[in-house]
Amino acid sequence: MNTTSEENKFTSVSIPAPLFNKIKDRIAGTGFTSVSSYVAYILREVLAETPETGTEPFDKEDEERVKDRLRSLGYLD
Amino acid sequence: MPSFHGGRGINRVLAGVERQRALEDARSLPAIEIDRDMVMDVESIAFGIFSPLTGFLGKDDLQSVVEHGRLANDVPWTIPIVLDLDADQIDRIKGKERAALVYQGAPVAILDIEDVYSFDKDEAAVNVYGTDDIKHPGVAKTIAMNGTLVSGPISLLAEMETPFKRYALKPIETRVLFKEKGWRTVVAFQTRNVPHIGHEYLQKTALTFADGLFINPLIGKKKPGDFLDEVIVRSYEALIENYYLKAKAVMAVLQTEMRYAGPREAIHHAIMRKNFGCTHFIVGRDHAGVGSYYDPFAAQKIFDDYPDIGIVPVFFNSFFYCTKCGSVSNEKTCPHDDSYRIGFSGTKIRQILADGGEPPAEVMRPEVTRALLEEEELFVEGHG
Repeated sequence: MNTTSEENKFTSVSIPAPLFNKIKDRIAGTGFTSVSSYVAYILREVLAETPETGTEPFDKEDEERVKDRLRSLGYLD
Repeated sequence: MPSFHGGRGINRVLAGVERQRALEDARSLPAIEIDRDMVMDVESIAFGIFSPLTGFLGKDDLQSVVEHGRLANDVPWTIPIVLDLDADQIDRIKGKERAALVYQGAPVAILDIEDVYSFDKDEAAVNVYGTDDIKHPGVAKTIAMNGTLVSGPISLLAEMETPFKRYALKPIETRVLFKEKGWRTVVAFQTRNVPHIGHEYLQKTALTFADGLFINPLIGKKKPGDFLDEVIVRSYEALIENYYLKAKAVMAVLQTEMRYAGPREAIHHAIMRKNFGCTHFIVGRDHAGVGSYYDPFAAQKIFDDYPDIGIVPVFFNSFFYCTKCGSVSNEKTCPHDDSYRIGFSGTKIRQILADGGEPPAEVMRPEVTRALLEEEELFVEGHG
């Protein structure tokens, strides 16, 4: 069976039915149109609270070179 | 200081032997001529202003950006960064793995070709700009595209000459600058206008809770009637010189095209400032809007959809000068009626300046006005 590209963009996560119902009641009258969109929002918010890890694309040597340039431009004394 | 967007700081600038070798390679590669706006996009990718992008969007990312305002990996991204090809260019790169991006005859970057694909221009225009009105500059530009895109990472060979070199800071530089200044919180102010008193009040209000202010005028193609880039820079120089603490405010330019995508562009502007190392981003009324295509506060409301953007939006309503209060105020702070209020209308200010007049001191600092009146031309394409 062919899957549409739309089907590939979403997947199911199981949550307890009572929780589903509680969320359904909670979002009534808000801007959230479905339990899924609310859960996706909350999960993104929670994940964002964990700082993104990653390396800066420059090292100590680059930093010293940058400081020199910033001094020459008058940004640093 | 926030991490780079998507947790990935990008540096695609070639240097030394690697650059030399790539420059030699570029001579034998098929050439794709690009315009100045596209060079600015290439530089923004290479310098990390568009982090986490390493190149032009592929099909999945583009589709996801158009439909959901996110990259395919769910990272917020609202503006398509794409390279459109004409029929000759498609022929030229057929079967090739790399191409040279060329501006005015000189190679600017190497493109590692990943895919050549078509996209739905109408869908992209409506989703990104919120309208299918061909009079909208972003819609017009999208519809005028050929419709075949090439994706893949770029590597920068040469930086474009700019009259604003002194102010053209890269994210690596602003991040070091903020650190050296000891700024833990930095509020960014995006502008494409000359500063009036309302702007100054807004910036200084934000400075009351942030360690530093990053004034970041947008330099690049704008629409007729907008202020010229050099005019914006001169006017801010006058304002900062006379009315800001050097330890608390810096200006650097952002060389990128204004896309007039309203709310989606507000998100894009915030992401770029996050990459510069800012923690907060000021979003005013009708941010990045044009005409009456967007609700004046749509650019603020859209941040509700991006709890994971990683930079704090700071919302302000309109300010005005109240002659009874004797100060800049807004609806929340001033009890007086319209007869006491002088608005900071950009249109009115432009008209006064175009007529050779001086806006009142309650609206614009005299030093800023003087700097403007010293300029021969004020507006894009001589309008005004």
